[in-house]
Amino acid sequence: MRTLVKPRSLFVGLSALCLLAIWLSLALGPVSLPLFDTLRAALRLVGVPIQGEGLEQAELILGQIRLPRTLLGLAVGGVLALSGVAMQGLFRNPLADPGLVGVSSGAALGAAIAIVGGSAFGGLPDVFGPYLLSLCAFMGGLGVTALVYRLGRRNGQTNVAVMLLAGIALTALASSAVGLFTYLADDATLRTLTFWNLGSLNGASYSRLWPLLIVTAGVALWLPRRANALNALLLGESEASHLGVNVEGLKRELVFCTALGVGAAVAAAGMIGFIGLVVPHLVRLLAGPDHRVLLPASVLAGAALLLFADLIARLALAPAELPIGIVTAFLGAPFFLYLLLRGRH
Amino acid sequence: MLRTENLQIRRGQKVVLSDVTLDVRPGEVLGVLGPNGAGKSTLLAALCGELAPTAGQVSLDRQALNQWKGSERAQRLAVLPQTSTLDFAFRVEEVVGMGRLPHQTGYARDAEIIEAALQAADVEHLTGRSYLALSGGERQRVHLARVLAQLWPGQNGQTLLLDEPTSMLDPLHQHTTLKAIRAFADRGAAVLIILHDLNLAARYCDRLLLLEEGRVCALDCPQAVLQPALLKAVFGLDVLVQPHPELGHPVIIAR
Repeated sequence: MRTLVKPRSLFVGLSALCLLAIWLSLALGPVSLPLFDTLRAALRLVGVPIQGEGLEQAELILGQIRLPRTLLGLAVGGVLALSGVAMQGLFRNPLADPGLVGVSSGAALGAAIAIVGGSAFGGLPDVFGPYLLSLCAFMGGLGVTALVYRLGRRNGQTNVAVMLLAGIALTALASSAVGLFTYLADDATLRTLTFWNLGSLNGASYSRLWPLLIVTAGVALWLPRRANALNALLLGESEASHLGVNVEGLKRELVFCTALGVGAAVAAAGMIGFIGLVVPHLVRLLAGPDHRVLLPASVLAGAALLLFADLIARLALAPAELPIGIVTAFLGAPFFLYLLLRGRH
Repeated sequence: MLRTENLQIRRGQKVVLSDVTLDVRPGEVLGVLGPNGAGKSTLLAALCGELAPTAGQVSLDRQALNQWKGSERAQRLAVLPQTSTLDFAFRVEEVVGMGRLPHQTGYARDAEIIEAALQAADVEHLTGRSYLALSGGERQRVHLARVLAQLWPGQNGQTLLLDEPTSMLDPLHQHTTLKAIRAFADRGAAVLIILHDLNLAARYCDRLLLLEEGRVCALDCPQAVLQPALLKAVFGLDVLVQPHPELGHPVIIAR
């Protein structure tokens, strides 16, 4: 049998990868900083008194632009990967995606309402605009997921097969509504809408970062407490309940964490696909399906992978910038196909 | 002790199980027999709390089954369903280790128990293999090891419910599996087992419950239940019943 990576080596490797990604993400961009200067400027930023030529400017770039962007990337990547693990556990299918419960399409609908509606009413004050967009996307994601969950419930039990189908139906419905808004939009609004749908870490600011960081930390601390129960759930719902797992409670928690996590991620950075699908899969290939390893490792892998994708987005067409959703889909879709074909043998 | 009183289960308008009064006694292997659709799996689902009784009740240690806290119930009652679907590449010992979830016995004790359960179900040689790479019969034995680990070593006050645990096994493993289950009961656990093979039931069970169309047709020792007339009436099968030349239990031969 294929030997797996020991959990300890996996965590060491992924942490190193994460640190490398953070370093590069801080250093590279339209104004590339020498790698060593980046370190010194980062130390200055956290209060170590280092003097040097150009360090003040570097500290400014780091503090105002690169650091919030890097933190955003870490949080979005980590929480999307965690949500992927949660959904693959809930549906007991390694090919499930966070989008299945309607959270992404709901967020897209919320964003479309904010963007098109906002411009139709003459535009809201500029300071208020971005927050309204994030809030609408978050509420849209949460609302559609709540509806999908509600539709899946019968006699106090949640039927995940019904949830899956309800998710597909509501996703189609939300997409048609987004299409309607797209049709109604004028050219400038259309551009905003399109770019938002492709996702970007551009324009990260601390004020929009906090809610996402809090949600990510909460989900990342909560889900590992359910690692054993998630393992048991993979045996089947009735098997898990015979092992003493509160299956209904667990399913509710998984849906809630996903709605919250993906909702916050999409609200902060737009639609970024494939991370939630591909990352848990990669980690499983390396270290096996045990959730006690899979959950924390997916956070690290998702964070690192998203930062590298963002680096490609920043550097591929520099000084112009690609939407990151294009990069993740371009890399993720072929990998997904590879998994499908590999599974046939 | 797990017991039912005047248990009735309805699915829609149809009564699929009626008036079943039964206790699964410590140290005893109770076999459940009956044609397809007689209500065997329905009975098992009711006994483990998956189906709520429409009348009557199911109790575990004098407390209604649905009053039990999940993990405490799981320390006393383990269930092996007919088939399990697991689509993830857990290693064999990890699957068996899931049986220890309701317990807080610590890593070292759990490892000992997993080892013992793997041996009991004769799957020790599969240690380290991926569950997905196993054959149907091997998977079935791994799941048996899992439920054995859940109640290991098996003692008075614990109940094991098994739904056709030998359906996919070769002849040798049908016997080794039932011997392991028998040993479990001999240590004090109560076992209820659904079987289709009348000869296996005759050999390894202390009592047999014969179900027909959701009703108890007979509940007694194997010699009393495995009578040609009764089997003809319930299964529609003409049989000869003779004592086993060496062990003395009834042997059923189709005519």
